[in-house]
Order: sequence, then C-alpha cells, then structure tokens
Amino acid sequence: MKILVPVKRVVDANVKVRVKPDKSGVDLANIKMAINPFDEIAVEEAVRLKEAGHAAEVVAVSCGVDACQDVLRTALAAGADRGILVRTDAQLQPLAVARLLAAIVRREIPQLVILGKQAIDDDCNQTGQMLAAMLGWPQATFASKVRVEGDRVTVARDIDGGIETVQLALPAVVTADLRLNEPRFVSLPNLMKSKKKRLDVVPAETLGADLSPRWTTLAVNPPPQRQPGVLVKDAAELVHRLRHEANVI
Amino acid sequence: MTVLVIAEHDNVSLHVATRHAVGAARLCGGDVHLLVAGHDCATAARTAGRIAGVAKVWLASAPQLAHGLAENVAAQALELLAQEAYTHVLAAASTFGKSVMPRIAAGLDAGQISDVTRVVAPDIFERPIHAGNAIATVQALDAIKVLTVRPTSFNAAPLDDTEAIVQDMTPVDDAGTARVVAVERTVSARAELTSARVVVAGGRGLGSGAGFTVLEPLADALGAAIGASRAAVDAGFASNTLQIGQTGKVVAPALYVAVGISGAIQHLAGIGDAKVIVAINKDAEAPIFGVADYGIVADLFDVVPALVTALQEDEQKQLAA
Ligand SMILES: Cc1cc2nc3c(=O)[nH]c(=O)nc-3n(C[C@H](O)[C@H](O)[C@H](O)COP(=O)(O)OP(=O)(O)OC[C@H]3O[C@@H](n4cnc5c(N)ncnc54)[C@H](O)[C@@H]3O)c2cc1C
Repeated sequence: MKILVPVKRVVDANVKVRVKPDKSGVDLANIKMAINPFDEIAVEEAVRLKEAGHAAEVVAVSCGVDACQDVLRTALAAGADRGILVRTDAQLQPLAVARLLAAIVRREIPQLVILGKQAIDDDCNQTGQMLAAMLGWPQATFASKVRVEGDRVTVARDIDGGIETVQLALPAVVTADLRLNEPRFVSLPNLMKSKKKRLDVVPAETLGADLSPRWTTLAVNPPPQRQPGVLVKDAAELVHRLRHEANVI
Repeated sequence: MTVLVIAEHDNVSLHVATRHAVGAARLCGGDVHLLVAGHDCATAARTAGRIAGVAKVWLASAPQLAHGLAENVAAQALELLAQEAYTHVLAAASTFGKSVMPRIAAGLDAGQISDVTRVVAPDIFERPIHAGNAIATVQALDAIKVLTVRPTSFNAAPLDDTEAIVQDMTPVDDAGTARVVAVERTVSARAELTSARVVVAGGRGLGSGAGFTVLEPLADALGAAIGASRAAVDAGFASNTLQIGQTGKVVAPALYVAVGISGAIQHLAGIGDAKVIVAINKDAEAPIFGVADYGIVADLFDVVPALVTALQEDEQKQLAA
C-alpha cells in the first residue's frame, strides 16, 4: 500500500516567538523554520511501516509557498520516497489544507494518511480529522502505537483518561502523538540522496479547492506576563510564605 | 441564537468539562442545548438537564454511540444540525472534543476555532497560539460557529434541581469503519489534574520511576494531583495521562509546584493560569524560575522531604491554633 504523509513548515520548536509591535501577528523575519515536530514523527512512522514490509511507498506532501520544499526534503531525507508541493501563496487555514489534501488523496489513492496531531504554530489540531471527514474515512487521533494487519490498522490512542485502542478499516487517517516514536537522526549521505528524489510541484489552483479563510485575525497580543518571584532559603520559609503571603495552603 | 454543546460522558456520569463548555456557551448568548450521544445514557442525559442554563437535552442512544467514536458522534451532531437551527456548536477542548469537533466543522463546511480561552463577542474569540506565546483574537466568518473551548478558562455551570426536557432522537447508523477494542483507564485516588486546586508536577530531575515516588508524600500533604513534564513521561517515570503542556493537559490550580522541571516553553504553555507557581530546581539558571512566584535552588531529594515535614508541622500548628 501507499502511505501519504502531510508535512507543515513551522517556526522551529526551540524559537520563542515574539508578537509584532503592530499586533498583526508574530514576527517571522529571519526566524528558523523547520518541519512540524509531530509531522516528523508521522514521517518516521510511515517509513518504519515501509521498512516492516507494510507499505510500498511513502509520499510526503506539503501545502504552501516554495520554501515548503525544505520540509519536504527533510521528509525525503528521513526516508519518504517522493514529495509533492501543493504550491500557493494563500494564507491557508486547516479547512483549506484538508481540502487540498483530500484532492491529493483522490489522485494518489493511499490506504493510510499519517499526519501530526497538531501544528505547533497555530496549535489548531484539526486537519487530520477534517480530512478524514471529507473522505468519509475513519480516524485515530493521538496515536501512540500503530499496527497494520491486512486491511485494518489498530491504533493505541492517548486519551485524557488513559489509553484507548481502536481498530479501523483501511483506508484511514491516523494523527501522531509525541510518544509514537523517536524520529531517526538524518545522516548526511541520506540528506544528499534526498536531493535526487522526485519532488513534484502542483499549483493549488489546479485542484479546484475552495481556500477561502473562515476566520480573520483581528489582533495578536503577547500573553499576560507573570511578575518575577522570589527565591526562598528553605522549606520552612516556603511553607510560611505559602500560608501567610500567598494564602494558597 | 441557540448554542449546541456536545456532551462528554461515560453513559452514566457527565464529565465536568461539559459544564465548563456550557459556561462558555452561555457567554455566546441565547439558549443552550446539549447533545448526549451514547448508549443507555439516560442517567447522563438527566444530569445534563440539571446544568444551569441548559434549556433542552437531545438524547441519542445506540450501541454504536457507546464509546464516543468520533465518526458516529459527529454524524449524530450533523443530523441534529441539519434539523434544528443553531448558531454555535461547541465542546470542551479535551481529547474527545478535539477528535469530534473538526469532523463536525468539515461536515458543515465551516472553519473551527480551537481552544478558545475567551468569548469576546458571539463571533469573536481569543485563543492561544505558538504554545501560548501569543494570544490571537479572531473573528469567525461562518454562519455556524464551531468551537472547542479550554475548560480551565471558563467557570463550570453549576448543577441545579430544575431538569430540562430530554428529547429522544433517532440514532445514526454505525459508520462501521471504526471500533473500540480496549480502553485502559488510569485509575488514581488523587484529584483530577485539570480541575485540581493544587498540582505537584515532576520532571526529568526525578531521575527514575522510583525517584518520582518522592512526590507522593508531598502530594498527600497538599491534597494535590500529580502531573509530569514530557521528559518524565517519555522516560517512563509517569503515565502519559499526567503530561502537562502544549501537547498535554492544561492546568489552572491555585498552587503549582514544579519539581525538577526546567520550564521549557512547551511545558509553560500548560501552567500559565496557575495562581502561584513554586519551583524546586538545583539549577539557578533554569527558565522555570523566570515564571515562579517562589523558588528554591537546591537538590529536590533534600527539599521535597523537608517540605513534607514543614507542611506537617504547619498543619499541627494550625490545628493547635
Ligand atoms: C512539539 C513539542 C511539544 C512538546 N510538548 C510538551 C508538553 O506538552 N509538556 C512538556 O512538559 N514538554 C513538552 N515538550 C518538551 C519540552 O521541550 C522539554 O523537553 C520538556 O518539558 C523538558 O522536561 P523537563 O523539564 O522535565 O526536563 P529537563 O529540561 O531535562 O529539566 C530537568 C530539570 O531538572 C533539574 N534537576 C535535575 N536533577 C535535579 C535534582 N536532583 N534536584 C533539583 N533539580 C534537578 C535540572 O536542573 C533541570 O532543570 C515538547 C517538545 C516539543 C518539541
């Protein structure tokens, strides 16, 4: 079978973003970008399924500007076989991304789509579920274990109260949680090899998807700042202050 | 204006997150209706009807709705939304709400505003982005607003003695493509993390699963829930259900005690609403001290037992007084 892995280009997880003075958004000038960490885990899982003989091909797809080719190359270096950039300059919201991905799914006919559970920039946590709904496919969100057997996939999901195991009929959508796996270190030779892998550019307009935004951002503000606290010398002083100053015990 | 809230329950009792979601729904204006989709869940539906501000409860009961499968619950909600006029659909931003709501949004051809922390106007909402490093104010453009709301940001609507009418609806057919084969619930005698008044959380600094247990007497002394950083969960010191942060749970206790936690942005994303933060860490440079109200720079294996003793002495004093 074929596995499709959507990947998003986001601000690197180690960067602490700052709000622009005009409050129109966060400042992305000269900021390090990277593949969304959850998507990196999704790529790793797909590649492992291929290595275990469950998949014949892993196709990475990204939607957005030309620079998204960087994260496709990261996915190719991690073991994906081929990449697709759905190229657009439009500001994409999850519903639009899900539409574009649904169009790619109809062309590529994968049996499994694995994507990150959320993107660490907008923190929306929607795209996989929306895609599954549009395709009429079952979904397993927050996967911490994935097992493919024949025409089914069994997924352990991290839920609020514990772990739920679901069995889905393929084709299906799975969204990756952090505990699913530890992505491999990409070696230099693999990085070099990935440059030779096929990467197709598909103009978004050719997919006939409605990309209109469903919300407008009126303002982006910094979060409320906490006042700096004090260091105390020992446990006794801490308890005294918690009781008489902070009144929380 | 009428707001539909998708209830979260285990067929018998209603999850408290639903009452927080109703709290948010009431701020959107108009009547609030609840959908309880489950199996043999009349008890949960009756409790739902006792939430203050709920005018009506829709009850759909069938085996295929027993486990809250997103495929079936979303289809049930879409059926109701096709029959009745609602201006908003919302659910708590729990793992249940996060799974179900985007399917409803896609079915309505609408966008979804995730993890709402403030209702500014019926169509304007605040939500954190970039792990809480920025707060976006957004205006939803769709006719029906689809939202998930952060439970800790809204007061739980109380339960009262007036029962709203419970109206049965025909359950949707089973999508037939997904089934729940096992559920392993983490059982704990302690307070539930997301609603606890005090949280004691441990990080990589605890060193091992055995090391992590030094937090038990401290949590006992404080009547606290126990939480963990991702590093502690990854290393297997603590259950994944205890993870706090951008990708784990959001907590809003009166007192948060971070033990052996460095204070990465992703962790801080889950504790911004704590009233008082205490940090215990042997590294004076750890970023957690930048947000802590009180800090102790020392070895946690010395401080935590000393803290337990000091709390016990304090309690004796209180009892004597
Ligand atoms: C996409 C993404 C999402 C993430 N989501 C989350 C999330 O939801 N929640 C989360 O917590 N993290 C999350 N992380 C991970 C986060 O970046 C940090 O790696 C993690 O929070 C670190 O955990 P820690 O503070 O326990 O460990 P460390 O950073 O290793 O800190 C351990 C601390 O313990 C102290 N220490 C060690 N020994 C002692 C001792 N004997 N006495 C006192 N102090 C001691 C050290 O000084 C140090 O400060 C995420 C990361 C990514 C990339």
